[in-house]
Amino acid sequence: MGSMKEIFNSLFLKELLKGMSVTGKYFFARKITVQYPEEKTPQSFRFRGLHALRRYPNGEERCIACKLCEAICPALAITIEAEPRDDGSRRTTRYDIDLTKCIFCGFCEEACPVDAVVETRIFEYHGEKRGDLYYTKQMLLANGDRYEDQIAKDRELDASYR
Amino acid sequence: MDALMNFGLGIFGGAWPAVWTLLKILLIVAPLMLGVAYLTYFERKVIGYMQVRIGPNRVGPWGLIQPIADGLKLLLKEIIVPTTANKGIFIIAPMLAIAPALAAWAVIPFTDSLVVANIDASLLYIMAITSMGVYGVILAGWASNSKYAFLGAMRSAAQMVSYEISMGFSLICVLMVSNSLNLVDIVNVQDQGRFAGWGLSFLSWNWLPLFPMFIVYLISGTAELNRAPFDVAEGESEIVAGFHVEYSGMAFALFFLAEYANMILVAALTSLLFLGGWLSPVGFLPDGILWLFAKMSVILFLFLWFRATFPRYRYDQLMRLGWKVFLPICLIWLVVVGVWMMSPLNIWK
Repeated sequence: MGSMKEIFNSLFLKELLKGMSVTGKYFFARKITVQYPEEKTPQSFRFRGLHALRRYPNGEERCIACKLCEAICPALAITIEAEPRDDGSRRTTRYDIDLTKCIFCGFCEEACPVDAVVETRIFEYHGEKRGDLYYTKQMLLANGDRYEDQIAKDRELDASYR
Repeated sequence: MDALMNFGLGIFGGAWPAVWTLLKILLIVAPLMLGVAYLTYFERKVIGYMQVRIGPNRVGPWGLIQPIADGLKLLLKEIIVPTTANKGIFIIAPMLAIAPALAAWAVIPFTDSLVVANIDASLLYIMAITSMGVYGVILAGWASNSKYAFLGAMRSAAQMVSYEISMGFSLICVLMVSNSLNLVDIVNVQDQGRFAGWGLSFLSWNWLPLFPMFIVYLISGTAELNRAPFDVAEGESEIVAGFHVEYSGMAFALFFLAEYANMILVAALTSLLFLGGWLSPVGFLPDGILWLFAKMSVILFLFLWFRATFPRYRYDQLMRLGWKVFLPICLIWLVVVGVWMMSPLNIWK
């Protein structure tokens, strides 16, 4: 009896019609496409995008060349060289992030004891040559100067969760 | 019309009939190519909508220029001929695929007078010509000298041969009840009968008395076209792109054009054979070419709907469907129709 029912169901295309009614319904459903350049999806304040090196309000760079970020980086994207500065403080002479290697995991940001290296919300950047995505200390510091307001605000929003 | 004929005779003299036929061919092929271009656009739109997306909308208003841009892109691309390919056949195969797809249109009537060649065996001609399309596919797969292409071609050949049979049987039912192989007659016969007399001619079209054959024809038509869910010949996820994996540029575009021209052809045939062609569904509206286009659009929409809904058949299931399901159904219905026509209940006298 059950197999007869099965034969009739398949002969009258029951399940196929059911499937078509589903797609037919979705034909009239509201479309969820986000028209990217004009529309954007909301971003979290924890968004991990382009890196930046921050400074203290007095203009002194935060990074103390502890190399924790370099050590933790799973993609080995960070290269640091350090030397004592004239005033005796320990600073980096080289701080490079190869963004073609970076996997944007955010470990460097978490490892940093002085909140020096951060990831900003910027994700719409590009390079026209491969070397363009090799960010040096000057470029990263410039990023920090440029987006400091946004970075500080995001850190503040996240502070209560840390 | 007469004035046009006389004008043509005056200018071209004896060559006029040939020129007139060429003009008619142009009048069919040009809109057909446009139709193919916009069918690809609507395919992307319809499938997009069914997947809760909005489809192409960047090139021109609502993306309406998209198919033109795609065509231009394909035209400008390089045609790559693999070094191990059989070059002559490799180049000829796409032409062999598109030629039957266009040639079949010669006998498709748009109204009872608007047809390039109103021949008596037009249904036979269609069957013969559309079967030729598989040669393009087989030769393309063979000449590419590539495993995937070869597999795709073999699958496609077996599939087309299998479904041609049930397709042929469903057409036999149609020509039994119409008592003619001429497509114009087949449509005109559908305008007769009790319901047509009451002004409800859509109930006396062939789709109702031959309903199982209508469904079989529609599904075998989809299979014959190598469309989803029967697109094992292309089978992106298994054999990359099947028979046309080695083709690029305009050579690929020809296969594409052939597939979509065939889609429109099957839609036109379904409308003519089962849905009354240019006949109006109710008595108080005039017949006309627009009805044919409306019916074709519905069928084409169904093809797109199928593609948006069904996953691909496994190859053995496909063969099972063709040989063990459709063929018996066709044979049974053939006998039923035969008995029906001999009984006093015959509605086709």
